This record gives sequence, C-alpha cells and structure tokens, in this order.
Amino acid sequence: MTYFFITSLLKIVGILFVVILPMVSYSVYAERRVSAFIQDRQGPNRVGPAGLFQPIADMFKLLLKEDFTPRNVNTFYYWLAPCLAVMPAIITIAVVPFGSTLFGVPMVIADINVGILYVFAIASLGVYGIVLAGWASNSKYPFLGGVRSSSQMISYELSLGLAVIPIFLLVGSLRLTSVVRYQIEHGWFIAPFIGDWMNPWKWLLAIPMVLSFVVFAIAIFAETNRLPFDLPEAEQELAGGYNTEYSSMKFALFFLGEYAAMITGSAIMVTLFFGGWHLPLPSWHGGFHWALVDGSAPGWRGVIGGLFNIATFFAKVAVVIFVFMWVRWTLPRFRYDQLMRLGWLFFFEIALVNIFIVAGIIAFLPS
Amino acid sequence: MSPFLFWIFALLMLVFGAAVVINRNPVASALSLVVSFLGLAALFMSLDAYFIGIIQVLVYAGAVMVLFLFIIMLLDLRAEEERRINWVASVGGIAVALILLIQILLVIGHFKAARQTFPPLAGSTIDDVRNVGALLFSNYNLPFQIIGVLVLVATIGVVLLSRRDPR
Repeated sequence: MTYFFITSLLKIVGILFVVILPMVSYSVYAERRVSAFIQDRQGPNRVGPAGLFQPIADMFKLLLKEDFTPRNVNTFYYWLAPCLAVMPAIITIAVVPFGSTLFGVPMVIADINVGILYVFAIASLGVYGIVLAGWASNSKYPFLGGVRSSSQMISYELSLGLAVIPIFLLVGSLRLTSVVRYQIEHGWFIAPFIGDWMNPWKWLLAIPMVLSFVVFAIAIFAETNRLPFDLPEAEQELAGGYNTEYSSMKFALFFLGEYAAMITGSAIMVTLFFGGWHLPLPSWHGGFHWALVDGSAPGWRGVIGGLFNIATFFAKVAVVIFVFMWVRWTLPRFRYDQLMRLGWLFFFEIALVNIFIVAGIIAFLPS
Repeated sequence: MSPFLFWIFALLMLVFGAAVVINRNPVASALSLVVSFLGLAALFMSLDAYFIGIIQVLVYAGAVMVLFLFIIMLLDLRAEEERRINWVASVGGIAVALILLIQILLVIGHFKAARQTFPPLAGSTIDDVRNVGALLFSNYNLPFQIIGVLVLVATIGVVLLSRRDPR
C-alpha cells in the first residue's frame, strides 16, 4: 500500500512537473517558431540559443505585469474561471498510459476500467472555465465568446464520443492500457493491416478506422478551440473572446489551459490510434522480425526499454502537436454557422454510420 | 477507501447541496449543484462503481448542468437576488425536511440489512461496463428497448415543435 502510494506520487510529480508543464511552455515557443517558419519569418530567437529561453522570459513578463481586476466583474467567479480552465486539461492525463513499465511499475497514473469515459467526463468539465470567464467578465464580447465556446464544445463532444466507439468494439474494453495492448498484438488502429498484409479483412477494417480517426481528430481540434475552429476567441470578431478582460497571470492560465488541452488531446489520439508507447524495432536475431521493446526485460535492459517507451510516446505526441500547429497556420477560420452545420449534419452522421460498419465487419471477421 | 475520504466527500456533497438551496444567485446555485454531483461521483467510485461515477460526471455535471448554466446566464435572473426571504415558507420547508429525515432514519433503523456489514464485492478488476451491458441486453432488454423508443419519440417531438413554419 505504501509502495503504491509512493510510486503513484512519484509518477504524478514526474509526469506533471518534469514532462507536461515544460511541454506546455515549450509548445508555446514551438508554436511561435513554427508559425514564423511557415510565414517565412524569424520568430523569437533572441533569448538564449535559438530563443530557447523564451518561455522563461514570457513567464516573468506575465508574472510581473499588473494584475488588474475590472470594477464591474463578478469577482469570485472572475478569479475562479482561470483555475477551472487549466485543471481539466491537466487531470485528464491521469489515465493515459505514457510508457510500459519502469522498475516493474506500470507507467500510467490510474489504470481504471472506464479510462476513455473518464477522459470525456473531465473534458466536458473544461467548458465551465470558459463559460464562467465569459459570464463573470460582465462584458459583451467575452460573453459572446463564452456562449460560442459552450455550444461548440457540446456539439463536438458527441462526434468525439461516437468516433471512438469502433475502437472499443474491437478491443472489448474501455481500459486505455488494453487499447495499447491490443494495438501491439493486432497492429495500430490507424493502419490495422501492418504486419498482416495478406489479410483482406484488415484492409477492409482500415477504411472505417481511418474515417473514425479523421472524425476524432477534427472533433479534437474543435474541442480544444484550435484554428480552424477557434470561434470562441476569434480576435477579429470578439476582441479576444472570453479572455478579453483578463490580464497578467490569469490570462496566462487560460493560455496554458489551451495548450495543456492540446497536449492531452494529442496524447489521447496517440494512445487510441498510433499505438501508444509501442514502436516496433527491426531485429535480426534468428531471422528478420519486429521486436517488441518494453520494460519487462531483466536488469538494465528493462530500464532502458521502459525509458525508450516513454520517449517514444512523447515523441509521437510532439509530432501530433506539430500537426496541430501546421493546421493552425495553414487553414482559415470557419464561419460560426458552418461550424455547427459541420458538427451536426456531417461528423455526427459519419461517426454513427461508421459504428454500424465496424460492427458489421466484426460480425463477419474470422478471428 | 478509508472512512476519512468517505466523510470528506459526503460532507462536500451535503454542504454544496445545501448551498444550492441557500444561494440567492442562480448561477452560484447551479455551480454548487455541480460540486455536489462531483462529490456523489467520488462516493460511487469509492464503492468501485467507476462506471456509474464517471457517467454521473459525464451526463449530469458535464452535459445537463452546462445547459442549465447556459439558460440561467442567458435569462440573466436578477429578480431572484432582490427577493426577500419568506420566513414562514422557510420554517415550513425546514420542518418538512426534518420530518422526512426522521422518517427515513426510522425506516432504515427497522431495516435489518442496513445493520449488518456487507460481504466485499468482487474486486475492482472486473469490468463494470461489460457487466452493465450484459445486464441491459439480457435481463432488462425489453425496458431498454422501450426507453430507446421513448427517447426517439422525444427527439422527433422536439424537432417537430421547433420547426419554424407551422403547417
């Protein structure tokens, strides 16, 4: 019991302070560098080598700015909203398996049997921060931003939830570690035919799976309020959106919350579709085959394997985050009615039909 | 789970449940209800009923209450805050609540199963979702299907009622 307590505490502290929070601040830096690269500019490159200390400078700037509370706001909720915006994104990471095992300890903070439902439940609480910020600011543009945001999140949560059902039809469990296990044995969900090229059923399965991935990815974009769906903070229309009245560290918390949500969304996407921490390595010991590296080997090999899995997972997450940024700086923003139409008239139906297709395939699939 | 955590979450639930009634600001009431739901979800999880606990958060705290809050904010109910407290009604309400509490305590006191410790359930390794699904589709198949039809009728009704052009 004490051992479980200590290892859990170490995992929480390690994943939160060593990985997620630095990743949040550096994804802000990466966003600026990537946008600069795409627009043929330089980006922040003054503080430290290649501008690498920019996040620290940004943090000091935001901390030292005057923290101004406007007179007519509803003070308690005005202060509460930034905290509510940043918390859900961070606690969602608790159920994501970010590695195999290290020293025999499974690398997931809470391996509960309703993992993905937990993710959706906590993500659905994220809307409170934004709605409250919009309402408590007592000002029209933030309020419009808050209203937009909540209707957007509610609309896209449906397609998000429906898009992952095909995966759980295949896996037969909502536990995220089981999803990773299944993908190690049967191929990643984004390309189920890998390693089983001769099986036509796997090729057939790839069609609904890719469809499911596309719906899920687009719904994550809408859920995290990223461009092309950043209607809640459309600067040209809403003067900044729900965070207009916020300054200094409270504004920074909204900012951090958005990036943390993006990181968690990418982590969920990697776990569900890209095999989680799994990366097959080619091996020539006794003929060519794909070797599975994990933390189960004895001695230092297991430790190296476990660390390798963790590195693999976060490398995949970083690639997905890069795609998020790439999309942001490539596509223009949707109009609000288009966004709603897209969610309700297309993605919802596609995801729904997709479930039936996968169920049909499973019914005839020779196991 | 230790009794310590049980008391924390039970207290959280009760305090915020009372806050729903006591608060004069509708938004504050709605948010208190959300916290109360979270406490209830934590109590479900302490009984290893992860599925029910999570659904509690997902459906009530995450979906229903967001819509509630949405409507309350759009209506901007200021009148409620300025209304004076009706002492006769409050005393009457508290009395009814007390009588109900006494009744419940008496019923539970005479209920034999409430006084013995339950045998521990199967461990938390079993899959809640699988069990719930198996029950729904075997023992309770007919009620489940009827509810499905009911929800469908309600959906169609809403679509029909919200049509702009009446025929």
